[in-house]
Amino acid sequence: MWRRQIITKTRAVCRASSASRAFADKPADIPPPVSDAFKDAFKKAAPNLQLPKFPSQFMKPRPPVPGTLPTKLTVNFVLPYKSEMDAQEVDMIIVPATTGQMGILPGHVPTIAELKPGIMSVHEGSEVKQFFVSGGFAFVHPNSVADVTVVDAYPLDVFDAEEVKRGLADFTQKSAAATTDSEKAEAEIGVQVHSALSAALGLS
Amino acid sequence: MKSVKSIQKITKAMKMVAASKLRGVQVKAENSRGFWQPFVALLGDHPDIESKKNVILTISSDRGLCGGINSTSVKFSKAMFTLSASEEPAKYVILGEKGKVQLQRDSKKNIQMVVTDIQKMPINFTQISMIADEILKNVEFDTIKIIYNKFGSVVSFLPSVATIPSPEVIARESEAGGKLEQLESYEIEGGDSKAEVLQNLSEFQFAAMLFNASLENACSEQGARMSAMDSSTRNASEMLEKLTLKYNRSRQASITTELIEIISGAAALEAAS
Repeated sequence: MWRRQIITKTRAVCRASSASRAFADKPADIPPPVSDAFKDAFKKAAPNLQLPKFPSQFMKPRPPVPGTLPTKLTVNFVLPYKSEMDAQEVDMIIVPATTGQMGILPGHVPTIAELKPGIMSVHEGSEVKQFFVSGGFAFVHPNSVADVTVVDAYPLDVFDAEEVKRGLADFTQKSAAATTDSEKAEAEIGVQVHSALSAALGLS
Repeated sequence: MKSVKSIQKITKAMKMVAASKLRGVQVKAENSRGFWQPFVALLGDHPDIESKKNVILTISSDRGLCGGINSTSVKFSKAMFTLSASEEPAKYVILGEKGKVQLQRDSKKNIQMVVTDIQKMPINFTQISMIADEILKNVEFDTIKIIYNKFGSVVSFLPSVATIPSPEVIARESEAGGKLEQLESYEIEGGDSKAEVLQNLSEFQFAAMLFNASLENACSEQGARMSAMDSSTRNASEMLEKLTLKYNRSRQASITTELIEIISGAAALEAAS
């Protein structure tokens, strides 16, 4: 009786996971990214072990660089706890780089951009989705694929204006009263995030 | 027999607990799988990149009874250690109690750092960033190779090696003729200098990869524990059946012997009278 329970439970777990499978989980399709010399050296070092797998074998291969200018930008917007956008085709995104708001259109020159806390907006047709993102990175590849990786991101409506004002005042005061370097750095990060938030929400 | 029965109950309970924990961690692990992909898309995956100071980061579990995954991780770590031997021997950074115990036996002098009790609270990115920070502060490296068990399915765990190059190596290989040649064509936005951006990039990549690797290993640990506990429950019930049969047979044999003695005694009395 309990054997049947195990089987149904295992099947439920497997089915639940396959529902959201967007990444290649079968490394057999992609060869390992190592030279033959590496494989031989590995065989000598550990004759009883098979070659380990490598992360690039678990990734869906990226599209090649197109010949003509593409019409759409493919965006992967990832957070540690979920993939907000996975290979979604949009017209344009605007990301808050440390050097200012940066717009990315299809055919943008390959770029590595460091992001500071601010608003990221995704433009698709006539609709615009806005997220407040923490710091992170944005990559634009020659094949018009943009990757945005940030530590956290939320749509603007979850923020409470009162909390933001209070937080800003709190951190400004902490930054003035900070004694050690690390306290000062923490307080300044708080000030930066809260002022970006209040600018994003349109507060004073 | 009583002890076998109680062991059976305990292992069955452990299996249920592992199954429920697995469900939770599996969702997190699968959601974190996209997080490291931009870095590999940008920098590529080069396990055989040239590097002198190698650091092998082994991810293992804190608690045992989880099948063979910790031994597998340690075997692969030792293999990568031998492979990365260059002018100076590689160093170990170990996450998890079981890995430490196994590697301490013969590689004690090569262990640089040990972090345990990671799973006291559910794994989250803040905790992993702090661990990554500590490692980056205290360990000098050209490449870090993270050894972990990727969660394939409840019955399949794939030992994997993720490579993180340091900012110096990235800068070196991005010159013409290196493995990261394509990096030269990327414009850098932000930061005061390219070196600063590359440093942040490498650190962020390390944190992202470590996060996914720890989650995958935690998943594999729960899955392996589930199947280990399942097979031990089955073994316990088989043993219990055999013992019950043996017990009954010996009980019947002793009753039969007693009856025979009584009857033969009674028959002897009758014959005598």
